[in-house]
Amino acid sequence: MTDPIIEARELRKTFGDFVAVNDVAFHVEKGEIFGYLGANGAGKSTTIRMLCGLMQPSGGAANVAGFDVGRDPMKVKSSIGYMSQKFSLYRDLIAEHNLEFFAGIYGLRGKALRRAIDRVVEHTGFGPHRNALTGDLPGGIRQRLALACSLVHEPKIIFLDEPTAGVDPASRRDFWRLIRELAASGTTVFVTTHYMDEAEYCARVGLMVDGKLVALDTPRELKRAYVPGVTLAVSGRDLHTGLEAAQELPGVIAAEPFGARVHVRFEKGSEDEARLRALFEADGRVDRIENVEASLEDVFLAVVGESAKEKAA
Amino acid sequence: MSALEIEDLHRNFKDVEAVRGVSLAVEPGELYGLVGPDGGGKTTTIACLAGLMKPTSGAVRIMGEGPMARGSQARERLGLMPQEYALYGDLTIAENLWFFGQLFGLPRKVFEERRARLLSITRLARFTDRRADALSGGMYKKLALSCALLHRPDVLLLDEPTNGVDPVSRRELWSLIYDFVSEGMAVLLCTPYMDEAARCHRVGLMHEGRVIAEGAPGDLTDALEHEVAEVVGGDREALHAVLEGREEIIAASPAGERLRIVITPGGSGAIAEAISPLGATLRQVPPDFEDLFLARVAA
Repeated sequence: MTDPIIEARELRKTFGDFVAVNDVAFHVEKGEIFGYLGANGAGKSTTIRMLCGLMQPSGGAANVAGFDVGRDPMKVKSSIGYMSQKFSLYRDLIAEHNLEFFAGIYGLRGKALRRAIDRVVEHTGFGPHRNALTGDLPGGIRQRLALACSLVHEPKIIFLDEPTAGVDPASRRDFWRLIRELAASGTTVFVTTHYMDEAEYCARVGLMVDGKLVALDTPRELKRAYVPGVTLAVSGRDLHTGLEAAQELPGVIAAEPFGARVHVRFEKGSEDEARLRALFEADGRVDRIENVEASLEDVFLAVVGESAKEKAA
Repeated sequence: MSALEIEDLHRNFKDVEAVRGVSLAVEPGELYGLVGPDGGGKTTTIACLAGLMKPTSGAVRIMGEGPMARGSQARERLGLMPQEYALYGDLTIAENLWFFGQLFGLPRKVFEERRARLLSITRLARFTDRRADALSGGMYKKLALSCALLHRPDVLLLDEPTNGVDPVSRRELWSLIYDFVSEGMAVLLCTPYMDEAARCHRVGLMHEGRVIAEGAPGDLTDALEHEVAEVVGGDREALHAVLEGREEIIAASPAGERLRIVITPGGSGAIAEAISPLGATLRQVPPDFEDLFLARVAA
């Protein structure tokens, strides 16, 4: 932890009375995959836009790739790549022309431009689609083109704002293989996602709630700190009717659906498998109950879910 | 009569066959998930069901009627939430709901009742004065779903309703969908989230224009012949490097700190051998729907 390439100090953004980003402080190491998680509207995209030099902070400061985002936004922009939620590709151009357009924006010309495009096309495995019309590409492939466009000028840092939203499971894995390769070759990756399995690849993860950075640590430490107790995973059929009743069992901290399963988290020592089984078998069928380790999805539900419930109350 | 029926549906775009003979039915009170890789034909199927696109051949019926037939009631009995749901950005939550209530011609009293219920279960009641443009992704989707539910359709089509929605809001949207299904609504939903597919009553796996597998998610995963295992011990990146490119490996993904892998039938012996020098062993686990997806579309 000696080589921060991103440093935010009491970074703040307000829109009128609304505090979108509330005095956020953190740093990101060179070559790190840094995950920035939170509910919709928590302030993740606003933070990214400030770090990319696209939006002036209302307070505090941030250094990105050695430049102050408030004073030197142009220099920040040329050192980073940014893939936004609604990435802006020209749908009526072929893929290759989108790459040329973005390379041109970053000042690449002639042979250097061709070399840069060939390199990024090879890197992202985009070769077979170079001449396809961008609008005709399936979502997963278009996502990869957007990534290629944001990498064409070989930035030191890449900001990815929900890069895999709506992408199928197989394409998501392909995409993350590229991300891991990038990080392994020294590119710093700053990423937001709502897929908690992807967040497991991050060296460290920050969690935002209502503009504040409320937790920041390695996935392992986050699980230890925020998901205490013992989690039992119930699998079977027709389990959702038992879900609410499970929340009322003594010693139960949380009961949440996880796909076809239900995760019931007990305070340590109060786990009661027999009672849990009886409860779910009232309306369904239990195939198995097993101990499972906490995941980042449990962390997210514990940190963000709690605050949502408090607000609703 | 099924609430929704598709009979040998074909839809071509120039020389591309987007949908190549799909047949399925959804009953009242049933939640049916249509999943598959991007470009598999799911959205085209939904567009045909909603009467937004004419089938090249075959038939679709909503409550027994074709959506494009003259005098058809199908469209009134149908709710649709497309991927890019267009609410009025300048209008507030309250005004958007009012607009859609008017559009569906709901009597004032009925509108008030439904509005109150939807606002309460979506927890949007405190934000009714906020403009739609100023809503977060999750809140926007909740409002869009509320607008699609206002006229209490018999059949609801949802095209990726939770894209970009955080894990907490996703669970809230799902409990809302479940409420309406338990009251008898038939729902057909497309989703890229396989944990959501696993919560449907039945799922159709759509690939290259066809439904290649259909059934209750538990039956489909029970029938999977591939092996699924977690790798215990070893360094995750080192394991990735060893496993990458091996023909027995369909997919590898993180499950907590471990790696979860889908292995071709009979391939686990070779994999166990390959990872043993890294100090790692395999632990068989029951397959999830996501494992099934990866195994079925890998070919």
